Amino acid sequence: MMTNHGNRLTQGQFSFLPDLTDAQITAQFAYALAQGWAVNVEYTDDPHPRNTYWEMFGMPMFDLRDPAGILAEVNACRATFPHHYIRVTAFDSTRGWETPRMSFIVNRPAVEPGFRLVRQEIEGRAIRYTVESYAAQSPEGTRYE
Amino acid sequence: MTFPGIAPAAAAKDSVDLGAVYAESQVGEVLQKLEAELVGLAPVKARIGDIAALLLVERARASLGLSTGSPSLHMSFTGNPGTGKTTVALRMSEILHRLGYVRKGHLVAVTRDDLVGQYIGHTAPKTKEILKKAMGGVLFIDEAYYLYRPENERDYGQEAIEILLQVMENQRDDLVVIVAGYKERMDTFFRSNPGLSSRIAHHIEFPDYADDELLAIAERMLDGMQYRLSAGARGVLAEYITLRRAQPHFANARSIRNALDRARLRQATRLFNRRGVEVDRGALMTIEADDIRQSRVFAPIRPGT
Repeated sequence: MMTNHGNRLTQGQFSFLPDLTDAQITAQFAYALAQGWAVNVEYTDDPHPRNTYWEMFGMPMFDLRDPAGILAEVNACRATFPHHYIRVTAFDSTRGWETPRMSFIVNRPAVEPGFRLVRQEIEGRAIRYTVESYAAQSPEGTRYE
Repeated sequence: MTFPGIAPAAAAKDSVDLGAVYAESQVGEVLQKLEAELVGLAPVKARIGDIAALLLVERARASLGLSTGSPSLHMSFTGNPGTGKTTVALRMSEILHRLGYVRKGHLVAVTRDDLVGQYIGHTAPKTKEILKKAMGGVLFIDEAYYLYRPENERDYGQEAIEILLQVMENQRDDLVVIVAGYKERMDTFFRSNPGLSSRIAHHIEFPDYADDELLAIAERMLDGMQYRLSAGARGVLAEYITLRRAQPHFANARSIRNALDRARLRQATRLFNRRGVEVDRGALMTIEADDIRQSRVFAPIRPGT
């Protein structure tokens, strides 16, 4: 993508920054818990800046007091899907919000091949543009092996 | 283990004032509260004092840059019903928090039902969820022996124990597990689960309360509810405790709490039956001898029943 030279998937918070360390990730979890948000872990191997439908890893975690539990869950997910994208979402259940308030990537595949620009010719020779990940061209589950 | 606020090996210091560390941790306050609010339980208090001292010394060692192996603080509380196991566990989480051993200092109290699922594959997520909730604090498993049911080899309790063991071993810094239950059954439980027994460093036994200790507990309970015993009622309650102990299902402080609740009921009825007469503050607060004397415990044993 033109705006993203590193071929990296940019989605959610912090995705233009270098990968967060576990200590930084834990600090973000601690913030989410302090706000009373429920945190859950999700994964996908279908990267797209606008793919919001990721698979959930386990149940959302309610009533946690300490970020160590979430980090343990993230590490379990990393062990299961070492080559997938993993993100963490914090859900705010307060009336009026009822929506994710934080979402950031905590694990990426070792190599991200990047995105290609797809042009589609439509009526009147107008061109429609979209992006597609090179990785998404191979079947699900075999994309980052 | 790292303690916030103390830089390791700060400027090559060579001594540390344990008194200052003690004052800074404010643990003295909690220990005093424990001493003041809990009657008796001398061996329990002594062991808690030992643990507090160990953690303070570890803290001092860390401040001098000496190596500190984080001690294993998983505990087992054994004792008869009503001897204060849950109350002490609650205090324990506070003490460990003050000493910087656990980060949050909350207590998650669970029983078998919270850990073991009903179907295959149901137990692991359930146990893990509880463990995650307890991270940064203390997990208190009451009547832990129910987790293990030898009569049913396909019981899912074993699965919960295995997950528990794994976390107790690998995430010692993240949570402290306290298992509690009656002495004999806990002994059987540990015999059949040696892995669990060996991972628990502190086996603390809660002794039964003596009669005068139970009386002191009763007065403290009433004080907390803003009641008081009349002079006569105090003697009757002492008598009641002796008689009640000889009867089945005696549960130490819990029996006393129940007895007091019933005495309050009788006091309320007595006052209510005299309505028309103004009652003063003293009357509303005082439990009379007769309120306790009416208890079933004092009933003469009828022949043939």
